[in-house]
Parts: sequence; C-alpha cells; structure tokens
Amino acid sequence: MSETVDVSRGLPAHPERATLEGKNKFVGFWVFLSGEVTMFATFFGTYLGLRNGTAGGPEAADLFHMPLVFIMTMILLTSSLTSVIAITAMKKNQFKKMKLWMWITFFLGVAFLGFEIYEFVEYVHYGLGFSTSAFASSFYSLVGLHGAHVVFGLGWVLLLLIRYNRAGITLTNAPKFYMFSLYWHFIDVVWVFIFTVVYLMGIGGG
Amino acid sequence: MVREAAHTLKKSLLWDLLTTVDHKKIAILYLIAGTLFFGKAGLMAILIRIQLMIPENTFVTGQTYNELLSMHGTIMLFLAATPLLFAFMNYFIPLQIGARDVAFPFLNALGFWFFFFGGLLLSLSWFFGGAPDAGWTAYVPLSSRDYAGIGLDFYVLGLQISGFGTLISGINFIVTMITMRAPGMTLLRMPLFCWTSFITSMLIVFGFTPLAAGLALLMLDRMFDGQFFLAAAGGNAVIWPHIFWIFGHPEVYILVLPAFGMISEIIPVFSKKRLFGYTAMVFATIVIGFLGFMVWVHHMFTLNLGPITNSIFAILTMLIGVPTGIKIFNWLFTMWGGKLRFTTAMLCASSFVPTFVLGGVTGIMLAMSPVTHLYHDTYFVVAHFHYIILGGIVLGLLGATYYWYPKMFGHCLNETLGKWMFWIFYIGFHLTFFIQHILGLIGMPRRVNVYLADQGWDGMNLISSIGAFMQGVAIILLLINVIYSAKKRPNHR
Repeated sequence: MSETVDVSRGLPAHPERATLEGKNKFVGFWVFLSGEVTMFATFFGTYLGLRNGTAGGPEAADLFHMPLVFIMTMILLTSSLTSVIAITAMKKNQFKKMKLWMWITFFLGVAFLGFEIYEFVEYVHYGLGFSTSAFASSFYSLVGLHGAHVVFGLGWVLLLLIRYNRAGITLTNAPKFYMFSLYWHFIDVVWVFIFTVVYLMGIGGG
Repeated sequence: MVREAAHTLKKSLLWDLLTTVDHKKIAILYLIAGTLFFGKAGLMAILIRIQLMIPENTFVTGQTYNELLSMHGTIMLFLAATPLLFAFMNYFIPLQIGARDVAFPFLNALGFWFFFFGGLLLSLSWFFGGAPDAGWTAYVPLSSRDYAGIGLDFYVLGLQISGFGTLISGINFIVTMITMRAPGMTLLRMPLFCWTSFITSMLIVFGFTPLAAGLALLMLDRMFDGQFFLAAAGGNAVIWPHIFWIFGHPEVYILVLPAFGMISEIIPVFSKKRLFGYTAMVFATIVIGFLGFMVWVHHMFTLNLGPITNSIFAILTMLIGVPTGIKIFNWLFTMWGGKLRFTTAMLCASSFVPTFVLGGVTGIMLAMSPVTHLYHDTYFVVAHFHYIILGGIVLGLLGATYYWYPKMFGHCLNETLGKWMFWIFYIGFHLTFFIQHILGLIGMPRRVNVYLADQGWDGMNLISSIGAFMQGVAIILLLINVIYSAKKRPNHR
C-alpha cells in the first residue's frame, strides 16, 4: 500500500491512482458504473417491451425529429472528447488547460440539456404527456433518467471547478476530476444506445 | 461523582455509535438494527401462525393478515437477514484480509444509515394508513393504486432508500477486497467467508440496481400517473414480475452465500481439519453467483411464457444444483474422519447441511416446469423457501453468532443455554415447515388467512403453529444467553 507518494519532483504518471484512496475510488467507481449499466438495461428493457403500446397517442415515427437528435448527439460526443483533453492535460500537470477544457465540457453539457428540455416540451405540445400511453411513460423515464444523470454530472463538475479553482492539480483532486470524466463517458455511451434503440429504431420501424 | 462519570460514559457511547465510521462499531450497529427488525418480523410470523392455528380463526382480519404477511417477508429479507449478514461481513472482512478498515469508512456509515432510515420509513406505514398488503413481491396490479393503499408507497420509498444503502455497502466490500488485501494475501488465499461475501457483493451491485429501476417504475405508476403496468394504456403487468425476479432470485443467493461462507469457517475448526476442496468451493461460489442471474423465470412458470422459455429456465435452474452439490460434498468430506466437537456453533453448521439439502431437493422439484403448476402458490413453496432461508441462512447466522461472539464481544456465549436454544429451534423449525410440504401437496394455498375445518388441514396447521412458538422460544433463549453471558463473563479488568 502506497500510503505516501513523493510529489517533490512533480506528479506521478497517474495522479488519479497514485494514492490508496485514489485507487479505491477508481475501482469503486468502475463497480458503481457496472451497477448503473444494469439499471439502465432495466429501463431499456421496459422501453423495448412497451414502445408499441401507444394506446392511440402519438407514435415514435410521428414525433422524433432526427436533425435535432443528431445535433444533440454530436454535442454530447464532443463533450466527451473535451473531457478526454482535460484529463490528458491533468496527467501532464497543466492545470489551466484542464480547467479550460472542463469548463467547455460543462457548457456543452448545458447545451445538450437545453436541447433535451426543448425536445420534451415540444413532445408535450404534440400531445405526448407522461401519462398518455405506456410508450410515453417508458420513453420519458428512460431518456429522462439519462437527462437526470446529465444534470447530476453538470452539478458535480461545477462544484469541482469552483472548489478547486485555484488549487492546482493535487493527489486529492486528481481522482475527483478523473471520476467525473469516467462518469461523463458513461453518460455518453448510454446516449449512444438511446440514439440507436429509441430514435433510430423509432423512425426506422423494427 | 461515580454516577456522573457513568452518565458521561453512557452518553459518549451512544454519541460514539451514532457518529462512528469504524467498521467494527458499524458492524455492532448492523447487529443491533438487524436483531430489532428480525424480532419485529418474527413476531409477525408468530401472529400469522396464531391466526392459522385453528380453522376459521378470527384472531386478525383479512386485511391485517395481508399486511402481516407482506411485512414479514419484506422485513425478513431486506431488513433482517441482509443487515445481520452485513454485521459479520463488516466486522470480519477487514480482519480476514488484513486491512485496517474497509475502503470507504464514511460510505460504510452512510450505507448503514440509509438502510436504517429506509427500514424505519417502511415501518412507519403502520401508523399512516396501513402497511403494504400486496405480499413482499408486490405484484401489479395488486400493488397498483386501484387495489393497494398508501402502504405500498411506503414500501416503494422505504425499499428504494434502504436498497441504496445496501448497494453502497456492496460496492465498499468489493473495493476493500480488491485493493486492500495484506501483502501475500492472493485472491485464492482469501478465507472462504471473504470469497462468498465478495460474490454476494457482486450480486448486490447487479441485483439491487434492477430493483431500484423496478421500484422507480412502480413509484411513477402509483404517484405520477405512469402507464407502465396498466393494460388499458398499452402497459404490461408482466414486466413487474420480470424485473422483480431478476433482482429477487439473486437476492436469495445474496443472503445464502455469506451463510455458506460462515459454515465453511465453522466446520473445519470443529472438525480439526482443513476445508476440503477450497478451490472447488471458490469456483462453485462463482458459478452459483453467475447462474443465479439466469433462472428468474422459474418464479413465473405459471405465467405461460411458452414451453421453450420454460424449458430453458427449468434446465438452468437444475444446473444450480451442481455447484451447490459440490459445496455439500465438500462440507461432508471436511467432517469425514475429523475430530468432531459438537459445540453450539458446530451443531448449527452441521445441521445446516441436511436441512439445506432438503430445501435444495424441493427446489429441484419446483424447477420442473410441468409439475410446478401443481405446487405453485401452495404451502409447498412456503416450506421450500423457509428451508432455504431459515434452515440455511438463519442456521448459518446462529452458528456464526456463537462462533464469532467471543471475537466481537470478548467473552463466549453460554454453551448449555446455546444447546437448549439449538435443539428447541431445530425441532421447532422442522415441526413448522416439514409438515407444510404435505399441507401444500394436499392443496392448501399460501397467503390465505382462514381455511375451513375437516379438510385434513387442521392437525397439521396446529403442529406447524406449535413449531413456530418453539422457534420463538429459542430466539428468546438466545437473547437471554446474551445477557446471562455478559453478566457471568470472567472479569479481566
């Protein structure tokens, strides 16, 4: 167990895993994400089981506006990329660069969230309320759960950025930024599945 | 002066327990909370058996009976067995792998308090419009807003919160065993209790998350007009049993695997031999955990999901008998030719083996999808799972209590009282539940609050109730033993 790490000659190669605490968080967060996978899988399964239960309400093909969803997808994928750039900067101990790219990630996430809220509001205007049909309930709960994860991630990175605004990269905050980026990638991957299972299969029939 | 000093000591002890992040103290907290919930749910079981003691009894109303049986099942599985196992896992995993504490001491405490307040919220339902009354499985539409009262809202929210605590603890145990083993403690040198706890924690991570999703769907349906389970708006009620049993079947292994681990610690000690087939035990545990996720449909055979589905799940269910059988033989071979010493712990551990085999055999019977229509929803099922849960998990817990008590509290439990407890409990257990196999086979359905006389059920139900009272007496003897042994302990100070 590496209780103490010598930082007099700069940070180690993996500052997020250099201490036992960082390593614990690293392993624990992966385990947590694997649990998240099964939770999302349950919501996906429910959606797949109920997506044809429209009960006379609007159907997927009537609603989904692919250009908008494509823009949302691109924004979220880009935000994942910017978080990678930030983490690369973190490993090179370039604090200002990391901060900049984390802020860009944050604002891309906000943009994504704005589009998603806009999308939901539009669907409600088209007559797809949460209680309209089983399709509506399962659609809103699955995509909404993803949206809730985005909200949580945005709050998380905002707190980190404010809390460590002038701290520089340390062995304490490196694991925290790293865990956030892992979480952000996870949100991104879930969205790729939502894009395929909900939107592409929604307009493509199947 | 002395009284004042005693007062501050008492106050600081309570304050210490409320604010602690130490794994041993949290283990004690789990032990106390688990015992309280166990006592509560055990009392409910006694009330249930009083109601069923004689035909056409009017001891409790049908509604109260439904609430009693729902709360008995829910509390026993989520709020009694789980924390009691967590108590031992919390105390002994760090000691057995040579770590100073678990990986996240703060999260450890957080997990406990989530569990405790979730359980408290569920229990509060008794005072706010009635407890949940749709069984511990809470099948829709029985649990929907049309048929179930506000109690189900307490069920949904209470289990969501306590389940979150359980999930936190599960992740914590996994990380502890991955990163914090002492130098030289390779994975295949970990004591078997650690291994079974490790697999249990994995099952918690992959089992409690679908439950969280399912409970969220039920909550959306009940409180926010969701349409998941109502056929009128395109929903499908079968989704609930699927989600529930994807969690619910692994839940059984979540509970029984640490008990397997405890048995595997106790039997070698009192046989004066090494555990037979350590590696086989480890791999059997992994295989059980893996297969545990692939058998959930065997709870739903009578939903008619089709012959192919049913056959696949029947075969997979029977497959679990193989790794479990490996474990049974390993325990037998550990005892074979050993210098056996029948202390209370060993009595519990060795009697666990045949009792668990009985539960396993009826499990294989229930796995055969064609005949399961005969057993389904009868007392045969009730007998089967009580053989697993009481005869498996509770015997393991009782054994572990006697075995590890000196390590946790510094003095042994009294052996004479212990043996009385064991025999009263063991005979009472078989009186209660063996007879229920026959009751089920001659047609008594489960979850009924009254039955007519002269159907051949009267005598058997009376015997079953007498057995339940004996088990109650045995648990009271255990509590007496705790106080008695604390008073009689040799004073080293």
